[in-house]
Amino acid sequence: MPNQPLRILIVDDEPPARLRLRELLGDLAPQLPLEVAGEAENGVAALSQLDERQVDVVVTDIRMPRMDGIELAEHLGSMLSPPAVIFVTAYDNYAVQAFDLNAVDYLLKPVRAPRLQAALQKVQQQRGAQGDMLRNIGQMLRGSGRTHLSCQERGRLLLVPVDEVLYFKADFKYVTARTREREYLLDESLTRLEQEYADRFLRLHRAVLVARNAIAGFERAGDDDAEAYGWALLRGVNERLPVSRRQWGLARDLARGS
Amino acid sequence: MPSISQNPSSHVLPDWRNLGVLLRILLGANGLALFAALTQADGLWHWMQRFAEFAAWLEAPLLLAIILLAVLRDVLGRLSPWSGRLAVLTIAGAAACLQYLLWEWLALATGAAWQAVLLGVTVAALLLYYLELRARAFSPAVAEARLMALNARIRPHFLFNSINAVLALIRAEPRQAEAALENVSDLFRAALRDPSDWLPLSDEIALCRQYLELEKLRLGERLRVQWDIREVPLDARIPPLMLQPLVENAVYHGIEPAAEGGEIRIVFARNRDEILIEISNPTRGGQRHTPGNQMALGNIRERLALYFDLEARLEIEERDESYRVSIRLPCRTSLSAS
Repeated sequence: MPNQPLRILIVDDEPPARLRLRELLGDLAPQLPLEVAGEAENGVAALSQLDERQVDVVVTDIRMPRMDGIELAEHLGSMLSPPAVIFVTAYDNYAVQAFDLNAVDYLLKPVRAPRLQAALQKVQQQRGAQGDMLRNIGQMLRGSGRTHLSCQERGRLLLVPVDEVLYFKADFKYVTARTREREYLLDESLTRLEQEYADRFLRLHRAVLVARNAIAGFERAGDDDAEAYGWALLRGVNERLPVSRRQWGLARDLARGS
Repeated sequence: MPSISQNPSSHVLPDWRNLGVLLRILLGANGLALFAALTQADGLWHWMQRFAEFAAWLEAPLLLAIILLAVLRDVLGRLSPWSGRLAVLTIAGAAACLQYLLWEWLALATGAAWQAVLLGVTVAALLLYYLELRARAFSPAVAEARLMALNARIRPHFLFNSINAVLALIRAEPRQAEAALENVSDLFRAALRDPSDWLPLSDEIALCRQYLELEKLRLGERLRVQWDIREVPLDARIPPLMLQPLVENAVYHGIEPAAEGGEIRIVFARNRDEILIEISNPTRGGQRHTPGNQMALGNIRERLALYFDLEARLEIEERDESYRVSIRLPCRTSLSAS
């Protein structure tokens, strides 16, 4: 579809930075058919816009409140037909190092029109994000894991804020995340979640990770209880989670310490 | 405009009113007494006894000498290096001599007056030599170079973001863009200034306002600032770029990561001979501070130490919802600097 204009979403938390990109894209329009499909002020806002409309390219800043550009790209990668991503960053030593290390292309602010044009032309050929690499870069920049987890439900992308997750539980192929309100089915592995959120979640059992601040207390199981060695009681929901014999001492110590 | 270089370490003689210098003299002289007592002691208890006797003799002339030096600091500073040193030794010798005369009158004295004077002059010479060596390790060339390097650290992140914001304004709001570029230029002039040129407090406040105006361009309503300037001597002189990096830190760590923004509070107050400056910003609970923050704070701390030794302090108060940096500086008005 050579005559279709390229649909572009601009993501930056600073209004002047968005205006500047819009102006540059306007300047490029005569040479490269394109249209600005929308603007968003952070990753969360961008994802909610993409729920309603399809775009070809997302041009995003890195450092933004709520959800940064790297995490946005990760969630985009889990969409069915992901748009291409172009990162734009002001001089930010850590980001630049991380990108150079992982050979990710990026533009530096202030952005120049020819560079933007080249990036737009190049990016059309390579779509889809590289999940693992982005996760590593994000971890490097933030010093912590993603702020949200994404899950596909009836073709839509749902975001689950990690703050609200009480526990993760592995069942067969899937991992479920439980918040106060409901459960979400995630396409994640428990081991990886445990690594990503080592400071917030605690392994209770081969198949359970619990948020440290969701633990209300512990209870020994009866000797005849085959299911678990003990139980962890939760704050806010009337449920209990099994604790294995192996994790019992460790879990209780850690929960007490935090 | 005449520049006022009052970096204490640029003089040959130490700053006799500096708390750190005074402390080192007291500890140094008593340390020497302790050592001298050791040469005459048999056993720990006897050592302490001898030290107590030495200290009883030492303390009075030591205090007298310190007071004289502190009072005469500016006079001594104006002398040539060698006559300055000679004057310091004379003061020490005179104090020791006075002490000898007093003890003779009380019939406590042993030995002769020349012994007391020689002892006083020797101790003073040793301490003076130590203080000069120490000052040389930190200055003037070394300290100057380090201050230069430390000063020139306005975050590049801020520079490029600001230029980007100005570029966005050029087409739509040319006048605003002009004003913004002027602010950028002033900030960089400040960053490149000779670090031994101290500025009136009012200049640094104006610089912070210019900086915040630039940040407001980018952050708009998200950035709210509350100034609380109480009775402070606006003509008091402080080293350049003491505040701006702290305000920049507050914006970078307190406002930028929050979608709804927040309020930065800047307080200036005076507490007798000290200027107290507090900068606080909201934080989101559990938000960890990045290495960049530690670097900026370490930078200010080091500069405070280079400029004021022990007389300035930087404190950090970290709560769940807020982060506060406060610094205390000795208040020096243009009068005492001239």
